[in-house]
Amino acid sequence: MEISVTVNGVTHTGDVEPRTLLVQYIREHVGLTGTNIGCDTSSCGACSVHLNGEAVKSCTVLAVQADGQQITTIEGLAADDGTLHPMQQAFMENHGLQCGYCTPGMVMAATSLLKENPNPSEHDVRIGLEGNLCRCTGYHNIVQSVLAAATK
Amino acid sequence: MTMTDQPRTVLGTRLLRKEDPALLTGEAKFTGDIAVPGALHLAVLRSPYANATINSVDVSAALAHPGVRAAYSGADLVDLWAAPMPCAWPVTDDMKSPTHYPIAVSKAAYAGDGVACVIAETAAIAKDAIELIRVDYTRHEAVIGLEDALSDRVVVHDEIGTNRSYTWDLKIEEHEGDIDAAFAAAAHTTKERFVHQRLIPSAMEPRSVLAMPQPFGGDMTVYSATQIPHILKIFVAVVLGIPEQQLRVIAPSVGGGFGSKLDVYAEEFLCTALARKHGVPVRWTEERSEASMATIQGRAQIQDIELAADEAGRLTAIRVRLLADMGAYLQLVTPGVPLLGAFLYAGVYELPKAYDFSCTGVFTSMTPTDAYRGAGRPEATYAIERSMDSLAAQMGIDPLELRRRNFIPTASYPYEAFSGLTYDSGDHDAAATMASEMIDYAGLRARQAEQNVEGATKRLGIGVSTYFEMCGLAPSRVLASLNYGAGGWEAATVRVLPTNKVQVVTGTSPHGQGHETSWSMIAAEKLGVDPSDVDVLHSDTALAPYGLDTYGSRSLPVGGVAIANACDGVIEKARQIAAHQLEASADDLEFSDGVFRVAGSPDKEMPLAAVAWEAFTAHNLPDGMEPNLEHHTHYDPPNFSWPFGTHMCAVEVDTETGEIEVLKYVAIDDCGVQVNPLIVEGQVHGGVIQGLAQVLYEGAVYDGDGNLRTSTLAEYLVPAAPDVPPITTGHTVTPSPTNQLGVKGVGEAGTIGAAPAVMNAIVDALSGLGVHDITMPASPHTVWNAIQQAQGGSQ
Ligand code: FES
Ligand code: FES
Repeated sequence: MEISVTVNGVTHTGDVEPRTLLVQYIREHVGLTGTNIGCDTSSCGACSVHLNGEAVKSCTVLAVQADGQQITTIEGLAADDGTLHPMQQAFMENHGLQCGYCTPGMVMAATSLLKENPNPSEHDVRIGLEGNLCRCTGYHNIVQSVLAAATK
Repeated sequence: MTMTDQPRTVLGTRLLRKEDPALLTGEAKFTGDIAVPGALHLAVLRSPYANATINSVDVSAALAHPGVRAAYSGADLVDLWAAPMPCAWPVTDDMKSPTHYPIAVSKAAYAGDGVACVIAETAAIAKDAIELIRVDYTRHEAVIGLEDALSDRVVVHDEIGTNRSYTWDLKIEEHEGDIDAAFAAAAHTTKERFVHQRLIPSAMEPRSVLAMPQPFGGDMTVYSATQIPHILKIFVAVVLGIPEQQLRVIAPSVGGGFGSKLDVYAEEFLCTALARKHGVPVRWTEERSEASMATIQGRAQIQDIELAADEAGRLTAIRVRLLADMGAYLQLVTPGVPLLGAFLYAGVYELPKAYDFSCTGVFTSMTPTDAYRGAGRPEATYAIERSMDSLAAQMGIDPLELRRRNFIPTASYPYEAFSGLTYDSGDHDAAATMASEMIDYAGLRARQAEQNVEGATKRLGIGVSTYFEMCGLAPSRVLASLNYGAGGWEAATVRVLPTNKVQVVTGTSPHGQGHETSWSMIAAEKLGVDPSDVDVLHSDTALAPYGLDTYGSRSLPVGGVAIANACDGVIEKARQIAAHQLEASADDLEFSDGVFRVAGSPDKEMPLAAVAWEAFTAHNLPDGMEPNLEHHTHYDPPNFSWPFGTHMCAVEVDTETGEIEVLKYVAIDDCGVQVNPLIVEGQVHGGVIQGLAQVLYEGAVYDGDGNLRTSTLAEYLVPAAPDVPPITTGHTVTPSPTNQLGVKGVGEAGTIGAAPAVMNAIVDALSGLGVHDITMPASPHTVWNAIQQAQGGSQ
C-alpha cells in the first residue's frame, strides 16, 4: 500500500505492507532509529511518538493509519540549530536518564503530558507517565525532570 | 599523597552527563539501530515444553518459505561448535554441568530452550518460517519446586543422573564444635526460612546481536547488547573456534543490563556461526516474551538461617543452608551467585568465628538463573536483616537498637571479619543516625504507638536495613580461591594527544552508568584539563583490547582506579620531559592544575600542553625516552571494596485490602568518595526501586508443567512511576583506604538495602496482628491472606 506520512516536517511517500507497524515504518522505512521498541504488548512506551501532536505508542498504530498524518519523533524535538527542547534539557539537568533506552519515549510522553497539563503536581506526572516503563532511574529523576520542564 | 587528601575541583561535582545529548535526541545507536543492508535475520524456535525429548526436527517447510536462506535443527549445527557454551565458575571440583549447545540437540530442558532456527531476509519472514518447523517431542514431567528437584523424583538431565549440581560449604570456627556450643549456650536463637522468588531482570533494551563477517579476510565483528564485550570475545573464540585475533566485539549503546547482559548467550554464538557459515551479516533482536524465557532470571533461592545471640542480642553464631535454583543449565556464573552472598550473612555486624554456610545448587526445568543486580548479596542481606528483626521482636527491643549493639565499631576498621576477609572502612552508626534523623525514626515510632491500636485497619510500619555491598570484584587471587574462571583486574590507557586533549581507554563497558562522564572527571582531575577535553573509548575490543567489563559494581573501584593510576604514569613521564626542558631535577617539579613548576622557582614552569607537544615532536626528549605521552596499566585491586549504608522505610498497610502504601523511603549510602553525586543518586534511586519491586510486585510465575505465566510486561509487573515512591537520599563519606581515589562503587547498593527495609516495614506494621513474615511479592492478596492466617481466619 502506498502511504504518505510527514515525519518531523518531511513527507515520506512509499509502499508498506499492511501489517507494518508505525514504529517499524519509522525505524525501517524512514530510517529514524531514535524511537525504540521495548515490548510486544504495548506495555512499555519506549516507542512513544507524537501523532498530530499527541503522544501515541507507535507499536499500537499501523503505518497505514498514519497515512496523511503528522508524526514527530525524538529526532524532531531539538531545534534546527541543535538547541535541545526544554524537556530534553530538563532530563539532562536532572539526570532523568541512565541507559537512555526508555528516554525517547519518556520525553515524547512527557512533552505531551505538559501540553495537556502545564502545571502538574508530582502525582499528576507519575500518573501521566504510567504507560512508560524505565528500569534504570526508579522514576525519581524522571519526575523531577518533568516538573522542572514545567517551570521553564 | 592520595587523591582523597587533595583539594579537588572536578571530582565530587554534579557534572551533567556527556552521554545525554546523544541519548536524548535519538542519535545514540543501540545494536538494533545499526543499519546493515543485506543482513539476514535469525529467529529461534523455542520449545513449548519444559522437559521433552526431541525425536525429530523437520525444517523442510521453513526452507521452502520464500525469503528463507537456511533452517537448522540442533543436530544440523553440532559441527559448528568447537566447544559447548561455557560456565566460567565451576564452584567445586565435582560440580555437575550439563552440556549446553546454542541449539538443543536431543532434549529441551526448559520452555524457551532453542530447538531450531531460521535465517531469512526479514525478521517477519524468519518469524513466520519458524512456525513451519515440525518438531516431534516426547514430553516428560517437569520439575519446578526446589525441594522437589533435590529429591531427584524427576531428573532434569538424565546423563547427570541427579539434580544436585554442587554443594559448597564454608564452615568457620576457632575450634571444632564452637558453632554447636554457641547455639546451645545462646540466650536467644532465631530460625527462619526466606524464599526469594525468581525475578526477570527486564532491561528495557532487549538483547540484540549483529555479526558481520569478512568472508575472505576471515575477520568477524560482533555487535551485541552486552555488558561484557571482552569476555564475550574470548568465548566466541572458544565456542566457535574463531582465532581470537580475528574477532572484534563491540557493545554500542546498551540499554541497561542489571546482570542479564553479563552473560554469553546462544544467540550470540548462533548469529556469529551462521554469519561465518553463510558469509553474510546475521542479526537478531529479542522480543520481550522471548526475553522472559531466553534471558537469564535472578534470585530464586530458599534460605534457612539460624542466629544465635547472647543476652544483649549480640550475635554469637550463624548457620545458613541455601537451596539455589540453577534453572536448566549453568550459564556464565550461575553457580557462583550464592557464593557472592556467602560472606555477607553476618551483615555489618561483629560475629565471632562461628559461621556455618552450605549451599546446594539444584537443576530445575526452568530458564537458567544467573547474576541479577546484587547477585547473592541482596539475598544474603535480606536474610540477615529480616532475621535481625525477628531477633529484636523476640527480645522485645527496638530493631535499630539491636543493630547498634552489633555494629562493627568504627574504630575497628580495617576489620578482619570472621571469614578472613578484611572490610576496608565503615561507620555504621553514622549512617544509621543520619537515616533515623532524616526519616524521623523516633517520631514515627511514637506515631506508630498511637496508630496501631487494637482494631486499627491502617497500620504503620517502619523498616530498617543495614548492609555491606562487597564489590569491586576483586583481587584475582581471591577469585582464584573461589574457583572463578577469570581475574578481577581492569585495564586503562591514558594518552595526552599532541594538542593537549586526552583519550582514556577503559576495559569497563557501561550500559547506563555514565562512565564517559565519570572517567573524564577522573582524568580531568588528575591531569588538570577540562572534562570536556577528555574522550573515553570503551566497549570495543579493537579500541580497548584489554578489559573485564562492567558488573558487580566493579567499574569505579577497579576500572576508575586503573585510570587514575594510568594518569599517574602519564604525569611521571611528563615530569621527566618537563625536567629535561626546564633543566631542573624531576624531583623538584610539582604538578598541579596541569602545570609543572620548579619548587622554589615559581617562574620556571611548563604546562602539560607544552610537554605533550614536546613528547609528540620528540625533538628534544631525555636520552632513551620514547616519544608521546601515553601510559597503559592493569590494576588488580588488593581487596574488595565495602560500601555500606542504612535504609529506612515507612509504610502504611490497609488490613482490610492488604494494600501497602510506602509513605517514605530514606537511603543513606556510603560508597566512599563520590566522583559525581548526581550519578551516585541515580544509581541509588534505580537500585532501591528494583529492590522494592521484588518485595511488592515482581515474580516469575511458572505453572506445574514449567510454563512461564508471566512472559510479557503486561503480566510481569515491572513497576511504573505511580507504583513507586520518591526516594530521599543522603550519604556519609568514609573513603576506602585501599585505592588512591578512596572510592567503593555504588551500582548495587540500592537493591541490596531496599528489599529488607521494605519487608521489615510491612511485617512491622502487621506484627501486632501476629504476622511474622510475608511471601514475596507482597501483593494485596498475599498480605490479606497472611493477616487472615495470623488471625486464625477470624477477622
Ligand atoms: S514497544 Fe510500544 S509499548 Fe512497548
Ligand atoms: S534510562 Fe534505562 S530504561 Fe530508562
